[in-house]
Amino acid sequence: MSVLVVMEQSRLAWHRMSWEALAAGQQMGPALGIPVAAAVLGHGAAALAGELGGKKLDKVYHVEHELLDHYTADAYTVALAELVDMAKPSMVLFPHTYRVRDFAPRLATRLGGLLVSDVLRIEVKDGAAVAVRQMFQGKLNADYRAAGGGTQYISIQAGAYRAEHVEAGSAEVEVLTPALEAAQIRIKVEEPFRESARAVDLTAADLIVSAGRGIKEQENLSLIQELAAAMGAEVAASRPICDNGWLPMDRQVGSSGQTVAPKVYFAVGISGAIQHLVGMKGSKCVVAINKDPNAPIFEVADYGIVGDLFEVVPALIEEIKKAKG
Amino acid sequence: MKILVAIKQVPSRDSQLKVSSSGRWMEDADLSAEINEPDAYALEEALQLKEKHGGEVVALCAGPARASQTIREALAKGADRAVHVEEEDLGRFDLLGVAQLLAKAAAEVKPDLILTGLQSDDLGYGQTGVILAELLGLPHSTIIMQVEKTEAGIRVKRELEDGWFQHMTMPLPAVLTIQSGINKLRYATLMGIKKAKTKEVKQLSADGLGVTAAPKVSLERVYMPQRAKQTTLLPGTAKEQAAKLAEILKFEVRVL
Repeated sequence: MSVLVVMEQSRLAWHRMSWEALAAGQQMGPALGIPVAAAVLGHGAAALAGELGGKKLDKVYHVEHELLDHYTADAYTVALAELVDMAKPSMVLFPHTYRVRDFAPRLATRLGGLLVSDVLRIEVKDGAAVAVRQMFQGKLNADYRAAGGGTQYISIQAGAYRAEHVEAGSAEVEVLTPALEAAQIRIKVEEPFRESARAVDLTAADLIVSAGRGIKEQENLSLIQELAAAMGAEVAASRPICDNGWLPMDRQVGSSGQTVAPKVYFAVGISGAIQHLVGMKGSKCVVAINKDPNAPIFEVADYGIVGDLFEVVPALIEEIKKAKG
Repeated sequence: MKILVAIKQVPSRDSQLKVSSSGRWMEDADLSAEINEPDAYALEEALQLKEKHGGEVVALCAGPARASQTIREALAKGADRAVHVEEEDLGRFDLLGVAQLLAKAAAEVKPDLILTGLQSDDLGYGQTGVILAELLGLPHSTIIMQVEKTEAGIRVKRELEDGWFQHMTMPLPAVLTIQSGINKLRYATLMGIKKAKTKEVKQLSADGLGVTAAPKVSLERVYMPQRAKQTTLLPGTAKEQAAKLAEILKFEVRVL
């Protein structure tokens, strides 16, 4: 019985969400009365393992292999399956990153388990862990409990736990070399790249007016542009608007776009799926205009208007012009 | 190339959800339904690959009888045939159980490529494609933005975080989960809708596939989330709401 936190690194640099998962692990260990270990996979990752050795943990696993130099789902699944078989944790925690989304369901399946993905928090009820996650784009929460006695696999949503809560300490580092062979890796990866440099830097904007699905048609974007012009704000959008080609991709706010923290963020017709919220919840003031009073965007809004944006926005443009005199 | 596309029927996006009296699900009988949006992009990608390289597109859907509407739409858009694993209560299976149903059905089709959306708009696990790959022993990749056929298999463009991408190659058969926005969705034509009526839909069942429900994870309770932040809701007509907001922006937030 133990908690195992699987950390994430690329090119020997930590993914920041690893520390959030580690913070979750450090809370779960005492809550369940079981030891906590953490693992780092890679090639030449001794320094990272050493850094983990300075945290309050019962054990650090440094899984070292040249075939773990670049991430592939095949190699990570083989290496981690071997680690879990050996360490026999009762709970495995991951940060819910794009990479974890790629391999963790496969790993859990191979080990006869099932991943509960994108978890907001883990509660302990009657000595058992209950994982809370969102459904229906954040409109509902749901509690999940393990049905059998097997290992629980849980990935932790970005921002659900706080990296600065990670406690320092000391832990023994064990180096493991998994039995990994090149023939097991069916996928050949090329170097990651960025598409042409971003033309628009939304991160520097003080005011942002952002449009979502609620605007319905491309022509209606002029309403958003008018509001932005009246405010002196940048125009942005949630993913579906950019997917439709209504605005260029570099206007996108969210996990696959830019992360912004303006003085005021106007979310107009944006329901507030988590992929969008992670890109804007650091805004100092959030104003949401949406017809659905249960839209998750109101979870993070300071000011909310429940109503038809096609009535509210024209009125708002007029009032702003008046207020600016 | 024979391409299998796993599609799911989900409640429409603007559905007003109400938790059912059991507290374990929501009242879904009266909700209107539609194809899961990421799956629509997966279907479109399959249709485009077929147009380029020839072959066949088979739609696979697990769900109740009413999911046949979504299956017909896929056929109307151009899928050649479909497999419907008809199950009135998918909720008795966990995610792994549903993936097992799909894997058994997929194995009968023997596709060269399996595509599905990267996640569902309702449960949002984002795992079905990956589990399917493991159950079938196939390589996979997720959050795919581009698919090209090569001599030896496929080369795909995977989306990473913060605007990064990566190309990778893999042999076929393989499983890919498709990101929304990879292509431009088509509408069904009148001709397509007419043709769909004559296309084959093979009916399978959990019993027939030999899959029994043995959940590893149980969904205990669903509920409306509690508000973490105190939101000031502005009352009144649109004009009153707008006037109040302008006042707040000027005197409290001080950005006007």
